[in-house]
Amino acid sequence: MSDSHYIPKSKVGKWFNDRLPLLTLANHLTDYPTPKNLNYWWTFGGILTFCLITQIVTGLVLAMHYVADTKLAFASVEHIMRDVNYGWLIRYVHANGASMFFLAVYIHIFRSLFYGSYKSPREIIWIIGIIIYLLMMAAAFMGYVLPWGQMSYWGATVITNLFSAIPFIGEGITTWLWGGFSVDNPTLTRFYALHYLIPFLILGLVVLHIWALHVPGNNNPVGIEIKKPSNDTVPFHPYIVIKDAFALLLFMIVFAFFVFYTPNILGHADNYIEANPLVTPAHIVPEWYLLPFYAILRSVPDKLMGVIAMFSAILILVALPWLDTSKVRSAVFRPLYKQFYWILVLDVLVLGYVGAMPAEGLYLLVARIATAYYFIHFLIILPFLGLIEKTNPVPLSITEPVLAGAAMATKSAGENKIENNLKSLG
Amino acid sequence: MSDKKQKNRRDFIFTATAAAGAVGVGAAVWPLVDQMNPDASVKALASTEVDISSVKPGQSITVVWRGKPVFIKRRTQDEINKARSVSLDELKHPEKDEDRVKNPEWLVMLGICTHLGCVPLSDKGEYDGWFCPCHGSHYDTSGRIRKGPAPINMEIPEYVFLNDNTIKIG
Repeated sequence: MSDSHYIPKSKVGKWFNDRLPLLTLANHLTDYPTPKNLNYWWTFGGILTFCLITQIVTGLVLAMHYVADTKLAFASVEHIMRDVNYGWLIRYVHANGASMFFLAVYIHIFRSLFYGSYKSPREIIWIIGIIIYLLMMAAAFMGYVLPWGQMSYWGATVITNLFSAIPFIGEGITTWLWGGFSVDNPTLTRFYALHYLIPFLILGLVVLHIWALHVPGNNNPVGIEIKKPSNDTVPFHPYIVIKDAFALLLFMIVFAFFVFYTPNILGHADNYIEANPLVTPAHIVPEWYLLPFYAILRSVPDKLMGVIAMFSAILILVALPWLDTSKVRSAVFRPLYKQFYWILVLDVLVLGYVGAMPAEGLYLLVARIATAYYFIHFLIILPFLGLIEKTNPVPLSITEPVLAGAAMATKSAGENKIENNLKSLG
Repeated sequence: MSDKKQKNRRDFIFTATAAAGAVGVGAAVWPLVDQMNPDASVKALASTEVDISSVKPGQSITVVWRGKPVFIKRRTQDEINKARSVSLDELKHPEKDEDRVKNPEWLVMLGICTHLGCVPLSDKGEYDGWFCPCHGSHYDTSGRIRKGPAPINMEIPEYVFLNDNTIKIG
């Protein structure tokens, strides 16, 4: 990269930079050439960073007041809500922050799906992202257990029991996870320790995610490789920084709306009842962001197969860069994929809806159809679509369609890719 | 010394080092893994004695054993007949009622749905036994799975009748 030859202007800066090139890094991040056509769907990376920092900061503060003990946990959360100065605010930001984090990550993921950001050469960025997403789910699940309400307890029971579906060793694994013969104090204390650890693992992976991103540079709405820097790019600072900041402000309005006006709407009333191992709530539902996977779990009548289907639904995303055979990245130039993309979005929303409903009658039927379609999309539609779809002409550069207008080059995707490979060699 | 001989000696050192290293790492990791298993204080609570003298026919009580609910149901003759009249072919997990009880009147079982661990509700469901509200498993009056996602019958814990009025579970 060209910026590795950066030399600080001041003497002190040069002295420091020769010993630890932090200023080179800062210069790289400032000048980082970014496609000039990035739209607002690209601002969610910055928003997610904000969410992570918010969760770490509010979580650190909550940890100063929370007690991880089955006899004290529920009361200590109420103590935070009623006695601790601004405790209500900090806890509501943390609890709603989890939902906002998932809202942002789903938009971020679906942006990648639309613009083909997971495709070569960005597979590693994508896979690291999936790992972050998995860790987010683990952190959110364990965090939900800590208040030790009814949903905490029974959610923990149901999810840890998923592992008992594994043949032969399942029971042993479940006992090992619990540290006993049911969800109890040892479970709570270890979940607390892991809940505190995972955000820092995520932070480390975010660094790798961004590092991997900065090797090929950002994808863009047109989905073509561009020369960097060129008249197709702008420096990250101030152009992208100001755009990200504006989007973040809008996002914070939504965030603040939930925190200040409906802080409990995304939670479940049953979690304000202290955990009772002898009474299962009539209707157990996970938090909204896990509902589609919960629907998949319940739609399969066999216990082990249900668990396998649920985990496969997430892990199938790891194989996505190879399942999607199309050479054109952006859905903008893929008329068929664009339609299937929106059907998938609808399918996931339907799964989320039926996941919140009782698993019976029509809901169960809809859940089964939606589950089947989810896998069909990734395993059958995507591989074949890339082979048969007639894509629209892809421009040679971001600037070209703007300047040339109607005289858009009509190169095929294949030629385009060869040219891009040559560019990246040069 | 030939090159070949030297290489063999090096290989031996590498293999021996790697093997010793693997054993050492394994020995160091095991305590970190095993500390998560049930500790001595949890295991110490392994048995519970229950007084059942006040339970009337048709009534069911729930007691806690190892942090889990145990249903102790005093079945009516009608419920016993119902459980015994079913042919084994109809069952997902074929078990005779006779093998699930020590005294036909008393059904003692873990009150935990074998699907994902919820506590089923008693006297509910299509088979007048138990019904799990979480994912809709129906159990009969012997606690056997009849309909729904649960793979096996509700578990029977180890227990003994110490006398006519006392059961020791565990």
